[in-house]
Amino acid sequence: MKPERRRFLGWTAAAAAAATLGPGLRLVELALARSPEEAASTLQRWGLLIDTASCSDCDACVTACHEENGVRGHNRPLTDAQWIRKVSLRDRRTGFAQTLPLMCQHCEHPPCVDVCPTGASFRRADGIVLVDKHTCIGCRYCVMACPFGARSFVHEPVSGQKPDVPRGKGTVESCTLCVHRVDRGETPACVEACNRDGGAAMVFGDLNDAAGELHRRLRTAPSTQLRADLALNTGVRYQGL
Amino acid sequence: MARIAAAILAASLAAAPLADAGEKRAGRVALPVVKITKGGDCVAPTDEMRRNHMEMLLHQRDRTMRQGLREKRFSLKNCVECHASRDTGSVLGKEGFCSSCHAYASVKIDCFECHTPMRQVPTAGAPR
Ligand code: HEC
Ligand code: HEC
Ligand code: HEC
Repeated sequence: MKPERRRFLGWTAAAAAAATLGPGLRLVELALARSPEEAASTLQRWGLLIDTASCSDCDACVTACHEENGVRGHNRPLTDAQWIRKVSLRDRRTGFAQTLPLMCQHCEHPPCVDVCPTGASFRRADGIVLVDKHTCIGCRYCVMACPFGARSFVHEPVSGQKPDVPRGKGTVESCTLCVHRVDRGETPACVEACNRDGGAAMVFGDLNDAAGELHRRLRTAPSTQLRADLALNTGVRYQGL
Repeated sequence: MARIAAAILAASLAAAPLADAGEKRAGRVALPVVKITKGGDCVAPTDEMRRNHMEMLLHQRDRTMRQGLREKRFSLKNCVECHASRDTGSVLGKEGFCSSCHAYASVKIDCFECHTPMRQVPTAGAPR
């Protein structure tokens, strides 16, 4: 299907949803769902917005992520895989403390992709940065290159994997933005959990979709990219930092 | 190599039921246990599956990984759903669908180091 046609269909779907639900309400799923026969496209760029002011002192996102992706540790914090973590910040002068979730920032210019010798680290057309574990040789250059410390190496054999999330020893992994859920038209597990059990601090969406909630939030209030000095143009944005 | 191995295997499987030869060979080397517990058809004709299932899987792997195409037909998850054993729920193990034939053909795959070999949907009520 031609891009123009797809975009048009997207608009009609969105318009139909808006018409039936009334102003302000939108059937997001209608606009997001992509059929299994349709490839990820550059028309979209998936992203996240994290509002640190609403981020409560919980780890609902971390628990949900690791549950969804079958990431279980061996009680060895130094080597256990970690796809998302809570980071605490404190202003030494004022004592103001903040906490925020940190994961793969899904950069437009990802350093992990630049350094990968096999092309296993790659950026999908819709902006999701992934490891193709089939070609990953476990060299861990990407782990070193990532300025956010977002990647982990699997040191030990894995069993009991989730069918949607194959994992195994000797490869690198990180947040996939729950690509298996996104491809079904759902939101990442962390976002779902934050809205249910946390402070509703996370918004998932398409950075290119001017009609979407994510776009609106970014348009109406200042936001930051972590390590903006590196000009990576991250897909994960923060507010309240 | 792959082609030859697959062709020999396909030929030996076809010959297996032909009494004598099969029995003699079975005495020397354990024939693969290709137990199909779920009725219906495979995703392609059986002879094609025997010869080319690896290419199908590798092709689908790249489509899904790189392009986000998640067609069900040649998906590894889909193979496991159909081919996992009724008793163990797995495609591996001594009589496992993937493993017993591979053991016979001396093929070693690493797919199930990462991919779960277990079926997700229980088999209760599936035709024999
Ligand atoms: C009828 C016997 C048979 C069955 C059943 C079978 N395979 Fe195979 N498989 C083979 C043969 C023969 C080869 C080719 C050997 C070679 O490439 O030298 C092979 C090769 C492969 C390869 C490529 C290996 C490589 O290193 O290139 C993959 C992947 C594979 N099989 C996956 C599977 C999966 C998954 C299943 C279960 C759903 C399965 N096979 C069931 C016989 C079988
Ligand atoms: C080091 C871990 C690892 C190994 C080993 C591995 N895979 Fe994968 N595989 C993955 C990951 C991760 C995905 C992406 C899952 C997703 O996004 O849904 C995947 C996806 C796939 C898919 C698409 C999803 C599906 O279920 O159809 C196929 C097909 C596939 N792999 C085939 C293979 C085959 C065949 C082998 C063995 C030759 C293999 N994989 C070995 C990690 C692995
Ligand atoms: C809808 C259920 C179903 C799915 C999905 C399925 N199969 Fe099959 N498969 C079967 C059945 C039934 C047969 C036996 C067909 C026959 O009777 O000839 C079979 C036969 C085979 C054979 C030949 C076995 C022999 O007799 O030597 C191979 C190899 C095979 N399948 C591999 C796969 C692979 C690899 C996948 C995933 C890409 C897959 N199958 C997906 C149902 C399925």
